[in-house]
Amino acid sequence: MSYQAPYKDMQWLVEQAYQTQQLGNLESLQDFDLDLANAIIDEANKFASGVLAPLNMVGDEEGCKFSDGQVTTPTGWKDAYAQFRDSGWIGLALPEEFGGQGLPKYIAQPVNEMWLSSNLAFVMFAALAQGGSEILLKFASDELKARYLTQIVTGEWTVAMALTEPNAGSDLGALTTKAIPQADGTYQIKGQKIYITYGEHDMADNIVHLVLARTPDAPAGSRGISLFAVPKYRVNEDGSCGEFNDIRCTGIEHKTGLHGSPTCSISYGDNDACVGELIGNLNQGLMAMFVLMNEARLSCGMQGVGLSELALQKALQYSKERVQGAGADGQRVAIIEHPDVKRMLLNLRSESFALRSLGYQIAALIDVTEQSDDEAAVKAAEKRIALLTPIFKGFATEQANELAGDAIQVYGGMGFVEETGIAQVMRDARITTIYEGTTGVQSKDLVHRKIRMDQGQAISELLAAMRVDIAQAPENVVNKRLSAAVDQLAQVLDTTVLSPNADLAQLDAVAVPFLNAMGGICCAWQLARLALKAQESKAQDEEFFGNVEALAEFYSAYKLPLAQAALTTVTQEQNGVDAYQF
Amino acid sequence: MKVLVGVKRVIDYNVKVRVKSDNTDVDLSNTKMAINPFCEIAVEEAIRLKEAGVATEVIAVSVGTSASQEQLRTAMALGADRAILVESEDGAEPLNVAKAFAKIMEQEEVGLVILGKQSIDSDNNQVGQMLAALTKRPQGTFASKVAVDGNSVSVTREIDGGLRTVKLELPAIVTTDLRLNEPRFAKLPDIMKAKRKPLETKTFADLGVEAKQHIQLDKVEAPAARQGGVKVGSVDELIQKLKDEAKVI
Ligand SMILES: Cc1cc2nc3c(=O)[nH]c(=O)nc-3n(C[C@H](O)[C@H](O)[C@H](O)COP(=O)(O)OP(=O)(O)OC[C@H]3O[C@@H](n4cnc5c(N)ncnc54)[C@H](O)[C@@H]3O)c2cc1C
Repeated sequence: MSYQAPYKDMQWLVEQAYQTQQLGNLESLQDFDLDLANAIIDEANKFASGVLAPLNMVGDEEGCKFSDGQVTTPTGWKDAYAQFRDSGWIGLALPEEFGGQGLPKYIAQPVNEMWLSSNLAFVMFAALAQGGSEILLKFASDELKARYLTQIVTGEWTVAMALTEPNAGSDLGALTTKAIPQADGTYQIKGQKIYITYGEHDMADNIVHLVLARTPDAPAGSRGISLFAVPKYRVNEDGSCGEFNDIRCTGIEHKTGLHGSPTCSISYGDNDACVGELIGNLNQGLMAMFVLMNEARLSCGMQGVGLSELALQKALQYSKERVQGAGADGQRVAIIEHPDVKRMLLNLRSESFALRSLGYQIAALIDVTEQSDDEAAVKAAEKRIALLTPIFKGFATEQANELAGDAIQVYGGMGFVEETGIAQVMRDARITTIYEGTTGVQSKDLVHRKIRMDQGQAISELLAAMRVDIAQAPENVVNKRLSAAVDQLAQVLDTTVLSPNADLAQLDAVAVPFLNAMGGICCAWQLARLALKAQESKAQDEEFFGNVEALAEFYSAYKLPLAQAALTTVTQEQNGVDAYQF
Repeated sequence: MKVLVGVKRVIDYNVKVRVKSDNTDVDLSNTKMAINPFCEIAVEEAIRLKEAGVATEVIAVSVGTSASQEQLRTAMALGADRAILVESEDGAEPLNVAKAFAKIMEQEEVGLVILGKQSIDSDNNQVGQMLAALTKRPQGTFASKVAVDGNSVSVTREIDGGLRTVKLELPAIVTTDLRLNEPRFAKLPDIMKAKRKPLETKTFADLGVEAKQHIQLDKVEAPAARQGGVKVGSVDELIQKLKDEAKVI
């Protein structure tokens, strides 16, 4: 059986996020209630399991093909794209004014999760359309909006984000693509970009490249970067596609995973005939891109959740079928009966459940920032999101890699054999800790920007929220363990991360362990809260809610201590990083 | 011509069915429910008739608890124009359902009724036939093809060993088989619009139907767990086992 949405989890966790962030009180969301959320989750699942999931392995096996500047997507991609577009899913959370459906993020999040689980390689265009549209909405002139937005939101055209260059990856300030002003107010774009997802493909009539480039007299570094809209085909007055805009795909990468998604090298303006238009202000391109980047990072974190769920579903099914070894009574058993296999499955189950909860809570927080009139609430939500973004992105994707490994371990030798499909999950997951900012970049963002520059405000509020939840909960092992971890975290903040005398190079060396500790504690917190809710609802469904309590217990016993060990690492002064000479 | 389609809320076919511990019924608490797959095919056929200009209006009808509104909304997201819920806590017995449909057929002056041939929960395969008898209208069951032509409809039926095509005078009752069509996916904008399409709630009493209980559910048991197979040494041994142990020949 291929992927099926974890419907019950989704429904319940969406409801929890909706209630925690009190979305029911928001006037503008009255039409977007939980009933609608459930109806949409239901229909999206049909599409994900019926159309996208069956193509996932096809894409992996066939990959994209490149010849003569043209990219051919795998068998079935084009039709699936047309169906996806015609079903209106691209405009899911984009404004109705431009042909979208304007759904709140809390409903879009589970829908996105289903796309990511069922066929991550395919669906990358959706996040690009979402992010590209949001940039245009916030920064572009009305003229540019009118030219591009409806086409993008309805999926007639796709979006490519062109940031990375051979010498500018994590450090975008180093990029050199040129934008030369023309008399008519447009710019001539000239340069090479690499790793551009869906930079070229055969599924839509036009591709709108959002390109970061430098004008001739721009300041050096990241303060001199501007953002341009550069279509593959120039757009005629009447909105139709016109002349070719001198954008060439010079090759696609042969990758570890995501074979179905073309990762393109693009050459702009080989013949000095590539025209771009400025989006927003000169030299403020990175700022505009950062707006997108935050969303893209959250969406990348959801990729981690989606892939973990897929790994879980596959491993769980296999573990019930594979008979090997004997139980206590000497009878041969399915491997799920072995406690160690169950442990691995619970790693997958507890982590994906907790991260899903965190992802949905963040989505609901975004709804607060976008829909609430209460200024204080909006401010608080913004701060919380800013803090949680690097944690969620970094931790969920790191976990997805580990969990895909656990899933392969459940399969034994068959996990190492490609035909079972589980190895694909591991290969696809591998990129998630790299693009949209590596884990290293996330951890520095967390430690320096989100904690130190903020003087610890957002993080103390987060800790306070955790402590309120712990105080309201009954005294049980889950809450005791969480409480101890929160205390340890508070101490590490005091002595190390927030310390005015901290050695910054030393902090950088432990930033990723710190991020992992934050991730584990946030997940343990989610599960502790959920276990409390589950206890209240237990009479309705003993098995489901009883299981939620068991997950919280499992996590606090097996995973939370890893977070605490990472905290210990953060405080060890002599760790050898500085001392060792390579 | 108005087309009436039946929509039943049943356990989702992806869900593993569980029996209540006291064996009184199937355990439906907190289980995922969905439109009966045969009803979904009925809805699809009706929408195609509307798209072809044959039907003027598609009305989805469900007899069941208020939760069946979910499935009616789904039918409207797929393209039904409006919906009627005949609300009933338990009375979804075939004869009661058929009587309700008979009344609605009369009130709405329906030209064609399309129902699933059976629902995947109780597997009765009765409502269409009963409705035909009650209304004295012709029936074409197990349809794999439906073609309306003026005042009649040709229905190709799947029967043992082949296909039989019958021509029925309208109004008529058709029940769907699996191969009739492949239901579409609902489009997102249509899911949103379905929220605002009219959904009328009625009771059996409103329709002048007296819902009677004709069936009593005594006991529900899970099927026996599958036994492991054995290897037979010869054809003779197989035949002997089929005769003596399985008692099937
Ligand atoms: C499949 C795929 C799709 C992609 N899609 C797109 C796309 O659509 N558009 C686009 O513009 N780009 C895209 N990228 C590029 C991607 O965003 C970059 O690969 C990523 O930002 C990392 O840059 P890099 O590869 O140059 O690695 P580097 O920046 O060279 O990093 C190498 C290592 O050094 C570490 N490192 C670097 N700088 C620092 C620092 N300051 N502090 C601490 N550690 C550091 C990193 O953490 C990493 O471990 C894609 C890449 C892939 C593989």
